[in-house]
Amino acid sequence: MKAVITVIGHDQIGIVAKVSQRLATLKVNITDISQTLMHGDFTMMLMGEWDDDDVQFEVVKQGLQDLANETGLSINIQRQELFDAIQKL
Amino acid sequence: METKQILETIQMISEEKLDIRTITMGISLFDCIDSDGVKARQKIYDKLTTSAKDLVKVADRIESEYGIPIVNKRISVTPISMIAAACHDDNYVAYAQTMEKAAETLGVDLIGGFSALVQKGYQSGDRKLITSMPEALSETQRVCGSVNVGSTRAGINMDAVKQMGQVVKDLSEIDPVSCMSLVVFANAVEDNPFMAGAFHGVGEADKVINVGISGPGVVKRALEQVKGESIDTVSETIKKTAFKVTRMGQFVGNVAAKALNVPFGIVDLSLAPTPSQGDSVAEILEEIGLESVGAPGTTAALALLNDAVKKGGVMACEHVGGLSGAFIPVSEDSGMIKAVEHGNLNLEKLEAMTAVCSVGLDMVAVPGDTPAETISGMIADEAAIGVINNKTTAVRVIPAKGKQVGEQIDFGGIFGYAPVMPVNTNSPAKFVQRGGRIPAPIHSFKN
Repeated sequence: MKAVITVIGHDQIGIVAKVSQRLATLKVNITDISQTLMHGDFTMMLMGEWDDDDVQFEVVKQGLQDLANETGLSINIQRQELFDAIQKL
Repeated sequence: METKQILETIQMISEEKLDIRTITMGISLFDCIDSDGVKARQKIYDKLTTSAKDLVKVADRIESEYGIPIVNKRISVTPISMIAAACHDDNYVAYAQTMEKAAETLGVDLIGGFSALVQKGYQSGDRKLITSMPEALSETQRVCGSVNVGSTRAGINMDAVKQMGQVVKDLSEIDPVSCMSLVVFANAVEDNPFMAGAFHGVGEADKVINVGISGPGVVKRALEQVKGESIDTVSETIKKTAFKVTRMGQFVGNVAAKALNVPFGIVDLSLAPTPSQGDSVAEILEEIGLESVGAPGTTAALALLNDAVKKGGVMACEHVGGLSGAFIPVSEDSGMIKAVEHGNLNLEKLEAMTAVCSVGLDMVAVPGDTPAETISGMIADEAAIGVINNKTTAVRVIPAKGKQVGEQIDFGGIFGYAPVMPVNTNSPAKFVQRGGRIPAPIHSFKN
């Protein structure tokens, strides 16, 4: 499964490390990554991919939610097909 | 995919309140007909609870995995007047209770189809169903009913118009809030996913998934970027936005239909507001340039909006259906409520707006002492607009028992609250009491 993960929050030391560390633990491969500052907030987008037989969507979502609670960041995960449906002809 | 597009999509959902208003499963009940009412109701309960057993689960999973809020999960069924006609019961309240029980078991928000189609005349089931409506709709929480009283091909059944004024009045005497579960249509559509008017038409497949989208906030935000530019730009902007919103509806409908193993029917291209700030059709009209909705120019701005939404949406999905357009319910739209409270919008202007919008006089509260004949007159006017202009129109009016202009009635949640609006007090009683039928209109010499 492919999913878009967005991380938004105050810039802080080690954001990228924390998120990628957690994704590695959850067995999610990062296939693309970009970051920017939007209205002063740190905004990172990652494309994650994993094997459906190995990992359930809900487990990844919960893992990222736990990280969001620990760090005060806002982390969202959405399946990638949605973005293609809305933005591509 | 570009970062900008990802961010735009996320912003549409999180900040501009883009959501799927409803996933509605249409279910035919023709195979549940039985001359024994008890047996028929058991068959109905069994069919509903097996056909839609995964509806809520699938919708919740889509919401979680794709991050799109799905506000309501609903069911529509074949008009009960047709299903119950074969049984010998004199009153159909028990059918509504069966629908309620099934909806409760399934966890769906609303179930529509306690309905009758009487645009040309009554069959025995229609008469029994309509007289059961006040009791059936006040005793249930999730059941919605509708009656089609006119069509472009059949004209307007004035006997039904007269009766429905009384039914609305009777229902309001028991419980005014229940009036939001009852809608009177002209040119009712068979694949509408929105309540209170959803029913599963006789020409539909056994089961079908229909999707109703929302998204006034997204359109408003897009228009904020083109302030002062020409109307051509406004129209193009609405089209592009409607396209994106509809793509999401199409996508969610496909995913849901596949997961439920039910054919995907239509996307209803509607701008459905909620009382939340920024999720308002009235605010779009004001963004186009009106000081308040209700100002001269409102009908033109709404016509432009409605048409552009359709043009943008039609290309975005395989099949368009339902009511498809901008809804202008008073209670469910914070901008409409504000306009009414400030005296900027009256019933007459609202009626003019219904000639170019999706449906009709929707969620409008009137004084509790409004006579039944006056409500019938309002229904007749709306039906005439629909029948002559070949469009769907409807009346969902709430006589606020014991209340007068200046007071308000609260419906709760996404249904909001409605200020009581003044109604012209001249009586249409003699017109309404004539009964009979207004003949079908001529379709040439259009002026």
